[in-house]
Amino acid sequence: MATATATSQEVVKPKEGLFSKKNRKLLSDPLDTNNPITVQILGVCSALAVTVQIKPALFMALGLTFVTCFSSLIISFLRNSIPSRIRIIVQLAIVSLWVILVDEILKAYAYDVSKQLSVFVGLIITNCIVMGRLEAYAMANKPWPSFLDGLGNGLGYGAILLTLGVFRELLGAGTLFKGFPFEIKVFESLGIPFVGNGLMMLPAGACILIGLLIWAQRARNGYSEAD
Amino acid sequence: MNLVNLFVKSIFIDNMIFAYFLGMCSYLAVSKKVSTAFGLGLAVVFVLGLTVPLNWLVQTYFLNEGALAWISDDFKNVDLSFLSFIVFISVIAAFVQLTEMAVEKFSPSLYNSLGIFLPLIAVNCSILGGALFMLGRPYNFAEAATFGFGSGIGWMLAIVALAAVREKLKYSDVPKPLKGLGITFLIVGLMSFGFLSFMGFTL
Repeated sequence: MATATATSQEVVKPKEGLFSKKNRKLLSDPLDTNNPITVQILGVCSALAVTVQIKPALFMALGLTFVTCFSSLIISFLRNSIPSRIRIIVQLAIVSLWVILVDEILKAYAYDVSKQLSVFVGLIITNCIVMGRLEAYAMANKPWPSFLDGLGNGLGYGAILLTLGVFRELLGAGTLFKGFPFEIKVFESLGIPFVGNGLMMLPAGACILIGLLIWAQRARNGYSEAD
Repeated sequence: MNLVNLFVKSIFIDNMIFAYFLGMCSYLAVSKKVSTAFGLGLAVVFVLGLTVPLNWLVQTYFLNEGALAWISDDFKNVDLSFLSFIVFISVIAAFVQLTEMAVEKFSPSLYNSLGIFLPLIAVNCSILGGALFMLGRPYNFAEAATFGFGSGIGWMLAIVALAAVREKLKYSDVPKPLKGLGITFLIVGLMSFGFLSFMGFTL
């Protein structure tokens, strides 16, 4: 009897495809229903600080996605050998290695963006998205799903960052993609006189904008917080 | 006088929350009650006030270009400043862990009120942010200590103020999807406007 149950438990699970339904969900959920910024309230600091223009927002999103993916991957490989009492320090050490890499690459190939982002590249280390996903997902799951989870959350963060960047640059300076070769002066080319809205250039403006964004998203998804 | 000025500046004008929006995650998550907000605020003041000068020492005597010259002349050209991120975060994490153990051992009552916040603080952006701002500005040791302490007080002021507003908010009729996080963001934005009026204020 005992042997029978033992063998029945040993039935090999069919190997999961690289992009099975569950894995695709890991990628798509953080874009909307489980967005790191608007739903999980993670990584808010940098979302407010680097979104004055689209260009720094884009670079920040790329940097963070890179760091989240690879730290999740490494932590997931090491998850069974990290003592739980010092896990925060181990996680921070691994995350900061990737961040140093991003920082040095930015300094070498995109110096103006690196200056514009200033301390916020370093602050990816303590960005709650990275730590939050490591704690909540990578410490308990296999490497490949952890990698996808990191990627999905990085992209969800990037989506909010770019949305904020577009609105703030458009309303604050009247341009889009400033700093790229294909910069568009929206209002000038439409022939509409435009005075930049100083509020949008301040972090306070971003705060209000993100509040409105959350309002719109929750109204659409029919989600509300219980008191 | 210079130090007093820097102190006031780091509390009100360069407020960690309202000017730089650092440490927002715990700021939004732990600001539902004034008493817990005050506890976390105290912990931030303590950690920020001590880790910034500590990191200043590390930066000046170990990491800067030529800083290792005090060991021997061979190290005169060594530049370790690319290591500052990992060293700073290790100093902060180790300091937080040590503090937690010490508080747990010597003052269990303080540990019960403060203890749960301490591990949170290692990953609070404002702590590492303080260290990185210190890196970019030419502070001396006394200025670095004042800056760290002042920024901590500013952070505590901000979180206690928000918690007070949110306690009152329970009695108001907020549109359903805006409840919780949404309205909190709007309030923080408005409070930040208020703090803009300190701009250009010197002693």
